[in-house]
Amino acid sequence: MSRLEVKKTYKLYINGAFPRSESGRIYEVTDAKGNFIANPALASRKDLRDAVVAARAAQIGWAKATAYNRGQILYRIAEMLEGRADQIANEISATSGVTPKKAHEQLISAIDRWVWYAGWSDKLAAAFGSTNPVAGPYYNFTIPEAQGVIAVAPKDEFLAFIDSIAPVITSGNSVIALVPGASAVPAMTFAEVLATSDLPHGVINILTGSHDELAPWAASHMDIDGMDISGIDKKKRAALKEAGAENLKRIHNFDDAQSPNRIYAFMEAKTVWHPIGV
Amino acid sequence: MSFYGIVDGSEGSLKNFLSQLPGVDQVGAEARAAMLATRSIKTTSKRWAIDTAISMVDLTTLEGADTTGKVRALCTKAVRPDPTDLTIPSVGAVCVYNDMVLIARTHLDSIGGKHVPVAAVSTAFPSGRASMEVKIQDTQDAIDAGAAEIDMVIDRGAFLSGKFGLVFDEIVKIREVCGDRAHLKVIFETGELVTYDNVRKASYLAMLAGADFIKTSTGKVAPAATPPVVLVMLEAVRDFYAMTNRRIGVKPAGGIRNTKDAIKQLVLVNETAGPEWLTPEFFRIGASALLNDLLMQRMKMDDGYYASPNYVTID
Repeated sequence: MSRLEVKKTYKLYINGAFPRSESGRIYEVTDAKGNFIANPALASRKDLRDAVVAARAAQIGWAKATAYNRGQILYRIAEMLEGRADQIANEISATSGVTPKKAHEQLISAIDRWVWYAGWSDKLAAAFGSTNPVAGPYYNFTIPEAQGVIAVAPKDEFLAFIDSIAPVITSGNSVIALVPGASAVPAMTFAEVLATSDLPHGVINILTGSHDELAPWAASHMDIDGMDISGIDKKKRAALKEAGAENLKRIHNFDDAQSPNRIYAFMEAKTVWHPIGV
Repeated sequence: MSFYGIVDGSEGSLKNFLSQLPGVDQVGAEARAAMLATRSIKTTSKRWAIDTAISMVDLTTLEGADTTGKVRALCTKAVRPDPTDLTIPSVGAVCVYNDMVLIARTHLDSIGGKHVPVAAVSTAFPSGRASMEVKIQDTQDAIDAGAAEIDMVIDRGAFLSGKFGLVFDEIVKIREVCGDRAHLKVIFETGELVTYDNVRKASYLAMLAGADFIKTSTGKVAPAATPPVVLVMLEAVRDFYAMTNRRIGVKPAGGIRNTKDAIKQLVLVNETAGPEWLTPEFFRIGASALLNDLLMQRMKMDDGYYASPNYVTID
């Protein structure tokens, strides 16, 4: 008798838990030949709202963690991802149609990204901060700080998804990733990596579904402080920037896959005046 | 003495009356409350519900760390929940500890909030563990300072050990102190009463003794105002109205933190007691964090995008 395969139910990743979409909707992902692969959840704006609440609550503690500790946790994500490498590489290959070799390379790059950004976490103040010369008996420092809750909308590719979230959380932001299309499948397997990486619940939240549906709500949401729209169609970017203007949301898109500028883009500068002893 | 011709206030008559009350169908009450919680309230109905809920909020601060500054800030918010939007109604009342009543009353009067009453938690709130003289003095103090509503706690220890007469007498005496100067709300602390049957018994006990309002909890004990408990209390005020033609109010307090919870409560009121209870005169919600969520939901309905807690005051 042949065994009935146990299929995974793809859900969302919000506040460290795996809920179904509040809307109950799903969409179908197939391989290049049209064979069925999975039914990821199609997130609704209510899911987005829940994710913002979770991300906001988590961000305060995450930013307070020492930079060294954040670096350790980012490195831990790389360790866990290494253990799931084959599974995720297979999913990348099946859903995006790239060769298994290319998929594996993509996965290795993803792991290396986490290690690379892990090294950055305790160097940000040195790299982006400064001591400023002022005309008075004061030390004057500028220190970069995490901005808050950031939404990211990467293009439909696993590596682009990692490229968008890793730099954002390195500095102490929490993130809501809007993952479109077929890359939802490896992204949700990656969520299982996060769940076992000592990352505080709510720092990374993953919503799978449609950019067209979710991005405008994220752009206008008053409790989201910044947004990475690198994966959004060029023609649709202006409307999102306009919607984000109400709360002065920083909306960026990036050309570099990996760069410290992707970290700094979602930080803000705090300047401190400190009297010099008389 | 006779109370509504139903009991004479003696231990025996109370026991007789309370023991013949039908038991609460626990599974039924929980299922009914859960079913009503699934009602979807949208658009204009939601807008109405949010404004109604705001007007029913007893804006509360009951912390050991309360300062006069915090109480004044709370009063300002009570009169005008969002200073940028004058179409928002004032809340139902400000609820504070006894020693803050005078500060709250004076400040409310000075900022054009004469219409907002001050409620005081008296009778050795929240435990109720003090002698009767102290409880009476406590209540008198609050009324003299300008409290128009008294939230008293019952002696749960006495109630649970079956001394209904004792609990009844306490409520009657505090009722006498209140006279016609203050409304009396009786707090059961349903989280400590354990069963729905006890909640029903306590409701009738308080209503017969002269309560104007019955209130679920102090906010210091969880679980507090769960929907099935509120359902049982609403059934009690409905049936009491049928018996005596006197309408008693209900005040859930504790654990109602967001708009959805508040709207669920309004649905319960409408479907259980009836629309006559859907006014601040007969239904109040004891809360502090709830008001901000109501304001944020209102902003979302006006602006079309999700609001942020950064744009409402913290206290």
